Amino acid sequence: MNNLFILLPVALMLGLGGLAAFLWSVRSGQYDDLDGAAHRILTDEEDGPE
Amino acid sequence: MATLAPPAPAAHSPAPPSAGSLDLFVTEAQAGRRRLDLHVPGIHCAGCIRKVEGAVRALPGITHARVNFTTRRLSAEWEPEKLSAPDIVQAVETIGFEARPFAASDAAAGAPDPASRRLLKSMAVAGFAAMNIMLLSVSVWSGADGATRDLFHLISAGIALPTVAYAGQPFFASAWGALKHGRTNMDVPISIGVLLATAMSLYETFNSGPHAYFDGVTTLLFFLLIGRYLDSLMRDRARAGVATLLKQSARGALVRAPDGGTEYRPIEAVAPGMTILVAAGERVPVDGTVLEGASAIDRSLVTGESLPEPVAPGGELLAGTLNLDAPIAMKASRVGEQSFLAEVVRLMETAEQGRARYTRIADRAARFYAPAVHLTALVAAIGWLLAGAGWHQSIIIAIAVLIITCPCALGLAVPAVQVRAASVLMKRGLLVKDGSALERLAACDTAVFDKTGTLTLGRPVPAGQLPLGRGDLALAAGLAARSHHPLSRALIAAARAEGVTPTAIAEVRELPGLGLEADWAGERLRLGRLDWAGAEAGEGAESLAAADQLELAFRRGDAPPVRIPFTDPLRPDARAALDRLRAAGLEVRILSGDREEAVAAAARSLGVEHYSARQTPQGKLAAIDALAAEGRKLLVVGDGLNDAPMLAAGHASIAPASASDAGQTAADILFLSDSLMAVPQALETARRADRQIRQNLATAIVYNVFAVPIAVAGFVTPLIAAIAMSLSSIIVVGNALRLKAPE
Repeated sequence: MNNLFILLPVALMLGLGGLAAFLWSVRSGQYDDLDGAAHRILTDEEDGPE
Repeated sequence: MATLAPPAPAAHSPAPPSAGSLDLFVTEAQAGRRRLDLHVPGIHCAGCIRKVEGAVRALPGITHARVNFTTRRLSAEWEPEKLSAPDIVQAVETIGFEARPFAASDAAAGAPDPASRRLLKSMAVAGFAAMNIMLLSVSVWSGADGATRDLFHLISAGIALPTVAYAGQPFFASAWGALKHGRTNMDVPISIGVLLATAMSLYETFNSGPHAYFDGVTTLLFFLLIGRYLDSLMRDRARAGVATLLKQSARGALVRAPDGGTEYRPIEAVAPGMTILVAAGERVPVDGTVLEGASAIDRSLVTGESLPEPVAPGGELLAGTLNLDAPIAMKASRVGEQSFLAEVVRLMETAEQGRARYTRIADRAARFYAPAVHLTALVAAIGWLLAGAGWHQSIIIAIAVLIITCPCALGLAVPAVQVRAASVLMKRGLLVKDGSALERLAACDTAVFDKTGTLTLGRPVPAGQLPLGRGDLALAAGLAARSHHPLSRALIAAARAEGVTPTAIAEVRELPGLGLEADWAGERLRLGRLDWAGAEAGEGAESLAAADQLELAFRRGDAPPVRIPFTDPLRPDARAALDRLRAAGLEVRILSGDREEAVAAAARSLGVEHYSARQTPQGKLAAIDALAAEGRKLLVVGDGLNDAPMLAAGHASIAPASASDAGQTAADILFLSDSLMAVPQALETARRADRQIRQNLATAIVYNVFAVPIAVAGFVTPLIAAIAMSLSSIIVVGNALRLKAPE
């Protein structure tokens, strides 16, 4: 029973972390140009999102 | 002397707008920078992205340049001191790409809109909640009890409550909106089910009960939000496509001030009485009368007349018509509310009301579904109460009925099929504006076509074989390259199609209203009006389609002039497309604004029995209303400004991408190809989608036939509810994916 008090918060935190990361990626426009991203990996130059 | 702006876009392949008009598209960005969005349709690979971005970034003063590959758009920001908008367009065009500007508001509308993003976020939250609660639920189902179970239920409640409050909003809002107007839709049973299940689960949690449905509630929201998001994504994609087609023409006019200077102004800033200059090949920006100059006016996109009309000082001009021959000066007469366009828009608004009354299939199903479900739940509760089960158990069973019948599969049944159908059609170059368009299209039994620009291409092409040898053709095309006249462009396109490259000619003189002239290798070349090039206007006029007498003449030195007739031909497979519609059981009719003879000829070669010519927009609308009053469901296909009211009035409507802005706005579906086959393809796909939607609804009903007795009997545990809901959703989505592309 006691280990649940550690494992449950850990599991929830991990889940929340994933959710936060996804929401951040939506907000920063990473889902705006899905086809473009697929093509950009083919170019060599430095090309970070601006 | 006043300089004329280069021509505005023609209907089919727009030319880049002038420097003056470009400024209308530039917006303010942060820190005093300027921003411009360009549509670059030629981008199709990783190399193109790099080339375009590289070329623009190399300009001095550029702070940001990025291509969105999905929408084929380039957005650039720069410091205004170092650079101006035309430099950017120039940079893109130098490396061989066409670039057209976008109005700022449309650029914003093209990005995924807030509604879609909101749904995506809701979906993510619901997904997170569903998975985590399911994890806890599995422990409960596999035997956790006592304090552990209560703790797990409590944690589940902690996750589920904020999730329902946040992710449930789209459903609650829609349900509330429907109830307020005394109607019901699919979201009403969904909302009631979700809220009651949450309330009951909370009660169970705080009373150490064995069953909490938090997992069911969040999974339900998650599945339904997937359907909603897909639906919204489909509308966004179509809207971005439509926005790309619209607004390519600059909304401005070149105004001549009393002192002789000129200024490019947005349309809103044009007042009646102003003098406006219209170059050859440009569209007339506002209604008015001719002040100076004589020219021919192509009114096909506005009134549907295929024959250009000569105008002289004092002649009437309608906004949106194309000035063919010579530059003219005009006086703006009616602007804004009084203009012909505004009148058409008013007609459109009245006509659209019929369509607004259309109830979608899912909502029609809900009209029977919701009362049936709620009645069943009520009967179950009363029945168990009478059987002596006690309040608590009776209510739990009633709520279990609501949860198990909650239209999870129904919510997915329709959007899944429609999204699949829309993406299949998009691959064929058809943009579907929303799902209800497919439902309405499937029900159509009569097709009404406009002629000019719809059954025909709406642009001239040489009639028959070109009467020029390869050498002469190259020279004629070389002359034509200097002109924006539609016939010149058609000649160049025809030359290219025969594999002839236009000869580069150094000095070409353009003589307004007459044609083009150059000296080449000691010979005088002329391309232009028949009499000017030396051909007799009268001779042999009866031979080639006298009805569509668009002609050019080409003369080389002292050789006899060669006449090149042009015609606005029927689309390549118009006959086959209409035959396919007739085979599908539709009656085909033609309603055109063109002359009787032209319409009759087209109707005859297409095998259409019912046609009527010389129709005004009001006349077309009246004809549509009369047909609709007979109980017909009309599919309207048209392109012109004069077709816009009838497109809006039809049960469903389709327009080609070359249509007027008003036509594109009014139509449900746009097709990008030249082929009219798009119309039967859209119809067949819509009918197939309709069949699958009905199959999906039937599946949902069969599922309920099995599930409801189990729920009423009181055997539904959260575990059974979770399995049943997921299973029915998977079946429905799987069925939607079967939809195949049209031939």
